[in-house]
Amino acid sequence: MLQRLFKFKGGVKPATNKAPSVQAPIRIAPIPPRLVVPLHQSIGGQPTPLVEVGDRVLKGQRIGAADKWVSAAVHAPTSGTVIAVEERVAAHPSGLPTLSVVIETDGQDAWIERHSFDHASLEPERVREILRDSGVVGLGGAVFPSHVKLTPAASVPMDELVINGAECEPFMTCDDLLMRERAEGIVRGVAIFRDLLRPKRVLIGIEDNKPEAVAAMQAAVEALGENFEVVAVPTRYPAGGAKQLIRVLTGKEVPASKRSPEMGVQCFNVATAYSAWRAIAFGEPVISRIVTLTGNVEQPGNWEILLGTPMQEVIALAGPKADTNRFVMGGPMMGFDLPDLSAPVVKATNCIIAGSPALFPPPAPEMPCIRCGACALACPHELQPFELYWFSRSRNFGKAQEYNLFDCIECGCCSYVCPSHIPLVQYFRFAKSEIWSRERDKNMADAAKARFEFRNERDEREKAEKAERLAKAAAAKAAEKKPAPAETPPAPAEAPAPQTVDAEAAKKAAIAAAMERARLQREAAQPKNTDGLTIAQRKEIAEIEKRRAPLQAQQQTTPNADAAQTQNSQKDQQ
Amino acid sequence: MDFITPPYLTQNVSVRRVMLQVLAALIPGIAAYAWLLGPAVLMQIAIATATALLAEAAMLKLQDKPLGPFLGDGSAIVTAWLIALAFPPLAPWWLIVVGTAFAIVVAKHLYGGLGQNPFNPAMIAFAVCIVSFPALMSQWPPINAQANFVDQLALVFGQSPRLDALSGATPLDALKTALKLGEGSTSVATVTADAAVFGRIAGHGWEWVAAGYLLGGIWLWGRKVIGWHVSMSFLAGMTLISGALWLWNPAHFANPLFHLFSGGSMLGAFFIVTDPVSGCTTPRGKLIFGFSAGLLAYLIRVFGGYPDGVAFAVLLLNLCVPIIDLYTQPPIFGMKK
Repeated sequence: MLQRLFKFKGGVKPATNKAPSVQAPIRIAPIPPRLVVPLHQSIGGQPTPLVEVGDRVLKGQRIGAADKWVSAAVHAPTSGTVIAVEERVAAHPSGLPTLSVVIETDGQDAWIERHSFDHASLEPERVREILRDSGVVGLGGAVFPSHVKLTPAASVPMDELVINGAECEPFMTCDDLLMRERAEGIVRGVAIFRDLLRPKRVLIGIEDNKPEAVAAMQAAVEALGENFEVVAVPTRYPAGGAKQLIRVLTGKEVPASKRSPEMGVQCFNVATAYSAWRAIAFGEPVISRIVTLTGNVEQPGNWEILLGTPMQEVIALAGPKADTNRFVMGGPMMGFDLPDLSAPVVKATNCIIAGSPALFPPPAPEMPCIRCGACALACPHELQPFELYWFSRSRNFGKAQEYNLFDCIECGCCSYVCPSHIPLVQYFRFAKSEIWSRERDKNMADAAKARFEFRNERDEREKAEKAERLAKAAAAKAAEKKPAPAETPPAPAEAPAPQTVDAEAAKKAAIAAAMERARLQREAAQPKNTDGLTIAQRKEIAEIEKRRAPLQAQQQTTPNADAAQTQNSQKDQQ
Repeated sequence: MDFITPPYLTQNVSVRRVMLQVLAALIPGIAAYAWLLGPAVLMQIAIATATALLAEAAMLKLQDKPLGPFLGDGSAIVTAWLIALAFPPLAPWWLIVVGTAFAIVVAKHLYGGLGQNPFNPAMIAFAVCIVSFPALMSQWPPINAQANFVDQLALVFGQSPRLDALSGATPLDALKTALKLGEGSTSVATVTADAAVFGRIAGHGWEWVAAGYLLGGIWLWGRKVIGWHVSMSFLAGMTLISGALWLWNPAHFANPLFHLFSGGSMLGAFFIVTDPVSGCTTPRGKLIFGFSAGLLAYLIRVFGGYPDGVAFAVLLLNLCVPIIDLYTQPPIFGMKK
């Protein structure tokens, strides 16, 4: 089988360090006494909790429902009792808390009733719903809900489906082991994706430093009689970036401004395909994942770990050595320091590396940029990182965007090669978040301006209507005073009266509707105040509201004072 | 736990490493220079290095910057060596002190220090001194004057009168002057027949020094310390214009090989125009920069009043870098036509 491969520019070749963690097969981690399952584990909406404290949950029971289309459900990883639904520290560099369901496990591991589906006999829409409700998201680390990506573009035919088994990050071997041991499941999952997207070709890309995985996948494809092409791609970080792998396998370059289906190609991780197959064929939602535990540990390897297992229990499985000074979640190129080991394993946790000063030495002091251009040569998106660095540093964000800051995928190649040891990626993250926050501020200001203009317009309109009404009333009075010149039938004189009443009622209704619209707009424009509050804060607000209710009822009797108050408070806000 | 931002891995590279490799690459050229033209150049290198480090330290102190990492980065030493190689080896000691100090203090630190200088500091030193002290900057030792180290030292430190016999012109300058004096009656061939001054392809001895620089440059390219774009386009620019004029009138214009191996061509191509700080950064920009510098260097050295044109050509192009970079931004991933 000859497959023409394309090249992406840039990239780096760090030592892969994969050997230690592929010696042992995937081991099943024990059920911990407590699981902390964050509800928000994917890109998109925040799933709403479906359980309360004291509820008994079964393994695979949905505990968080997707709140919108770009969102994915969350499930109980084992059976037990919900002992808390509260904010717990998240597996995130910030160490901030996130709403989580805490389950005391009962050790029975009792499954909920499972239904298997034959996806071929279902409507595609229904298959996507099942995937969403099974919590299937991108397990390569991006955790984007998969069902959203399984809709082909209306105008562009789907040419290629790319399956990502490249796993280019050093140290990480969870996909490698999954492909070696569960290739058949992966291929069956890929077939589901294929049936939904109907691409002309299916290409499975695996870096050529994983010959066992390539062989296993090829064997599985042949055994199942599929026509998928398993392709070994050159080992070069970040070959496993979706855009880089698409480029290598298809020659297509997906720019930041486009989504890949618009170019007739879509990409999924191998572990995602596997979990999709489990969800469809066995009714098993995503409740565990393969995690590589490696680095400065006694027993590097891969474990299948229940989501929600606290990190310290996971790490204990591998036995960190005495000089371990940090734990990195993700790979060494794009991962981050775990701020708190009580944070749980989530769908994005593909690898945990125990770091030591010898393994990850502290960086040399940062020197000035000498414009050597090594970063530009290493950038897989062919950006000019040193220019972006100057612009980010000087807060010249307009220029940074002109130089395509948002095409940066933060792969870290530029920082890796920089002879001045400049943390370039951090500068770019800073610039991006500054731009986002400025845009948010601007949108809010625009919304406020629109509200203000709308109110002015309404005031003007009401004034005009009032004037018109007064004029009409005056005219009517004048007409009444005038004696009728002849005996006219009374009907026409009376007839206009109900009409004016009707018109006024309609006007009032229109005004009420406009006010309602304005109120809704206000609410829509200002979700920030009450959004993202902690449970404690919400409770406090509820109590305050309760106290305020009788006072507000009193104020209803003096509407003018109330109106004046609200006006004042509005001024204060401004 | 030390604070590390991802990536946790870095390549074993540093500014210091880059600069040390550049210094190493200069060694073949310096060896040939010292062997064929006397050891005075080593003295000049020592004076320039000491001056550069002192000036650098003083400027860092004034700015409250740490001395260790910046003195140790080697960039001042590279500047010093390039100045020493561009100046006449028997120039009095204070000349190179003035040039080097000006390069470090004004051309480098007053513009913001490492990475901020718009002009190549070594070329600034050359330009300042050739404008201020044209006579001293044009006196080169004739290749056949086998002065010993003691005599050369005495000259450098002003302990002996500056004998005319010990100071002549560079082969490049000699050819230009001879052609000008013997207007119409002489040709390149007759002038370069003088084996005392001229060798097989360029200046006697000098051609080997140039070959040393070429060797070092190729090594740097092999180590990926420099790219090919700017060096090759510089040589191409010079070859093209010298080749065209030579084909048109071989009696009046020396062949391209002569020019490539004369004066500062090789040093310029691999050690001067390759300076990343003051040069272009985009691939197309580098080609434009190098080609134009090669072309200009030739025009200045052949038609201008100075013995060589590399310094002025590079400085003129340094001025154009921002605009060249602006208009040669390469298309990014996914945006190619």
